[in-house]
Parts: sequence; C-alpha cells; structure tokens
Amino acid sequence: MTDLKRTVLFDLHVALGAKMVPFAGYEMPVQYPLGVMKEHQHTRAAAGLFDVSHMGQVILRPKSGDVADAARALETLVPVSILPLAEGRQRYALFTNEEGGITDDLMVANRGDHLFLVVNAACKNADFAHLEAHLSDTCDIEVIEDRALIALQGPAADVALAELNPAAHEMKFMDSVSMELAGAECWVSRSGYTGEDGYEISAPNASATHLAEALLLHAVVEPIGLGARDSLRLEAGLCLYGNDIDTTTSPVEAGLEWAVQKVRRTGGDRAGGFPGADRILGEFDNGASRRRVGILPAGRAPMREGTELFATDNGGAPIGKVTSGAFGPSIKGPLSMGYVAIDSAADGTQIFGEVRGKRMAATVAPMPFRPSNYKR
Amino acid sequence: MKFTEEHEWLRVEDDVVVVGITEHASTQLGDIVFVELPDVGTTVAKDDEVVVIESVKAASDILAPIDGEIVEVNEALVDNPTKVNEDATGDGWMFKLKVEDRSAMDEMMSEAEYNKFIA
Repeated sequence: MTDLKRTVLFDLHVALGAKMVPFAGYEMPVQYPLGVMKEHQHTRAAAGLFDVSHMGQVILRPKSGDVADAARALETLVPVSILPLAEGRQRYALFTNEEGGITDDLMVANRGDHLFLVVNAACKNADFAHLEAHLSDTCDIEVIEDRALIALQGPAADVALAELNPAAHEMKFMDSVSMELAGAECWVSRSGYTGEDGYEISAPNASATHLAEALLLHAVVEPIGLGARDSLRLEAGLCLYGNDIDTTTSPVEAGLEWAVQKVRRTGGDRAGGFPGADRILGEFDNGASRRRVGILPAGRAPMREGTELFATDNGGAPIGKVTSGAFGPSIKGPLSMGYVAIDSAADGTQIFGEVRGKRMAATVAPMPFRPSNYKR
Repeated sequence: MKFTEEHEWLRVEDDVVVVGITEHASTQLGDIVFVELPDVGTTVAKDDEVVVIESVKAASDILAPIDGEIVEVNEALVDNPTKVNEDATGDGWMFKLKVEDRSAMDEMMSEAEYNKFIA
C-alpha cells in the first residue's frame, strides 16, 4: 500500500468510517458505514457525495488565445464534434487509437478561453502524454494537480448545492461554469455518472474538505463509495472504461454512435480526421460484428464480469462475454452489460450466461435499465 | 453454538444441526443479494461446497462444516437474502443437517474462542 496515492479528502473519508481500498493507484473509499446497498438507494432518493479526485483534470489552452484552435486540435484525437461546443457547455468524448479502439472516455468543457478535460484515473498519465505528443504545437497542456473533484448526485443535489450558491439551481444538464462555493472558485458542471441529476465540482485542494463538509452538513447528503458508484452507473447504462470499453472495442461496437456527431461521420463537413477513422466510419456504414448490450438475467444470480454468453442452453461456441455485472438495488435484481454477436443483439433476444458451470437464461435489454433523471 | 474458521456457526436443535454464517462474515461480505441452496436429501461431506452466496461485492461458497445429510434449507432466503445480514445467527440460517457422528463438533471453537479468532 506504500506507493498508493491519496486524495486531499483522505482524512475525511477515514473520519467518516470509510473502508479504503486500492483503486487506480489511489486509496479510495469503497463504502461507508451505511453500506453499498443503502448508499445506492440514498443517492437515488436524496443526494450522494462522491470523491472522484483520482480522476485526471487537464486544460488545453490555445497558444493563439482562440478556443476554436484548441477545439480543432482536439478534434484530431476524438471522433467528436468539439468546434461548435458553446462557452459554458460540456460534452462526452472518446480518445481513439489507429485501430479504431477506445483509449479513454472523457468530458470536454468549453470554459471560454480554454478547454477543460476530465479523464479516467487509470488512463490519465497516458492521456496527458498523448495530448502533449499531438497537441503541444497549438496548445499548452496544463495538467491540474491542485484541484480536487467532488460529485454531488441525486434528486436533492440541486437543493443542497443551491444553498451554497443559488446559481447552481439555474444550470441545465451539461452546463459547465465557474462559481464560488464555500469561499473558493469552483468549476461546476451539471453532469455525473449515476443517471441522476447532479453536479461535478472541481475545487481547489485547499478548500475541498471544507466544501465536502459543508455539503455533508445537509441531512439529505451522505458520502457514497466506489461500490455504489458502480451499481449506480451500471443501472444508468454508463460504460466503465477498462471493463465495457477499451482499446479492443470501437465506438460503434460499444453502442456509442450518439457520441460521434453527424459532422464527423462520412458526408459530414469535418468527417474523419481522427485516429481509427477508417474502421469507425466503415462500421457506421456497414455495421459492426458485435455490440454492447444490456443483459437482464432471469433469476436472482448476478452474471458478473467475464461470464461467457451463449445463444442456447446447451453446446455451441460463446457469442460474447459480460463486461460488467452486479445486483441493481433500484431495479431489485441482477443486471449486466456485455458484448454479443450482432445477430443476438436485438432487445428481447433470449441468451444464456454460464454461471458456475450452469447455463442461466437472460434477456438482451435496452439501456439505461431505469430512466435517467437529468435536468434538460 | 460452535464456530468454524470458515466463519460458519452450528447449533444443535433436537436431532439436527442448523448451519449458517457468522455475523462477522455477513458484515465482511456486505449486503447479500443472492443465496443458492442445496437440494434437500443431498448427502454432503465436510468441505463440500453446499451454498453459494453473492453479496454486492462478490460470490462466495459456503462449505459443509461436517458430514451429514441436508434435511431442510431456509427457502425464505431465496426471496429475502438480506435476512443473512439482518439476523445471521437466527432467521438467516442456511440449512439443517442430519449428522450421524457429531464428535467433529467437539473440536470446533466456542463463541468466546471464535471472538478471539476474529479479533
């Protein structure tokens, strides 16, 4: 455990009774005394506070001073339309490689004179090097080490944050603005990883504990660990990088076509021009051979990551594999996502997962598994 | 009541031995979401895998603590697996064994010894 890093909220987690585990090189809270199930339910019913400071924060500052130049530069690395992203708005994006695989997923916000990116903890050093290698001619790449990242998620997040600054209430889904919270300038977006309304807050390290404590003072806010974070995002149908998407999965296979705007596809004004465009645009035109789908097991036994999937209850070669699976406290049953051959990918298709040597029935199901509650 | 290093408890009730997991084990496992029970009538030997439980974290096998025959299982756990967390040594029992030779239980830990074991 000696080389594990700690976020600035480490002492607060310990004081709150968290069970700390290694995660992406950090000591992170997997659960608090409330427990995974109740933490999940609390987030859906009220509001949950998550420390996500292990994630990478980086600024792309255009040398020209024109944020459009940073947007054009970033578009050479992502199959996503960044140029029209208005000031104060945020968008989901993917880094791709030459083979058309996904090297990370990220959020990109236009903050006026620069772009602000939030990337996954396990990928951040590779992402920073990637940005430096490809974009340093046009942009200064400023890795942010002096800010924490806190997510406040759930239907009561609005009330809790608006009490610290009423401007929070006015924000819409995927807005990204600066505001003062608990005496410090924070960068706040109305977004998250739970399928609920909520916020992600980049706060100066020196103020982060104070801000978290101020939010936890609300009766409606409980601290939530990585365990519930995983079941919340799974019910919301959101990908976990490294499980559900990775360098071997393309955006089309992953069902993330919505993240590749028409303008970047064949026939669009800024079509292609990103790594792996040949494969990815080819899959838009001709389809992919497999697809990420939602899976609802018929029984109560969870089909976890690695469970092999079959078309029949007996014999035959696997048609795919589960990439994430757990028990969903809100849907009150097991749920999974995974990749299946394209002819088994339609909603309602009956498939079988092999659990402890037995083929168990399951159904391909649409995602999210329950309606999301974003403030559009 | 007797306890094993596998964090099971055994309690003699009339002519059968009732088996479950300890409160300590249920706390460590976290919220239990699924319990798969053996068929009544199955003959089991010590260390056979007899029950599968899944918590929000992972799957675990429960081993037979002693030779015997399964004479009853706690069907209520199938629909209500959280009973294991709520009342591990009561309503959260898992199965009842008919045991010919209970002498192996003499070697198992008492409650005080088990508490020392997990301390």
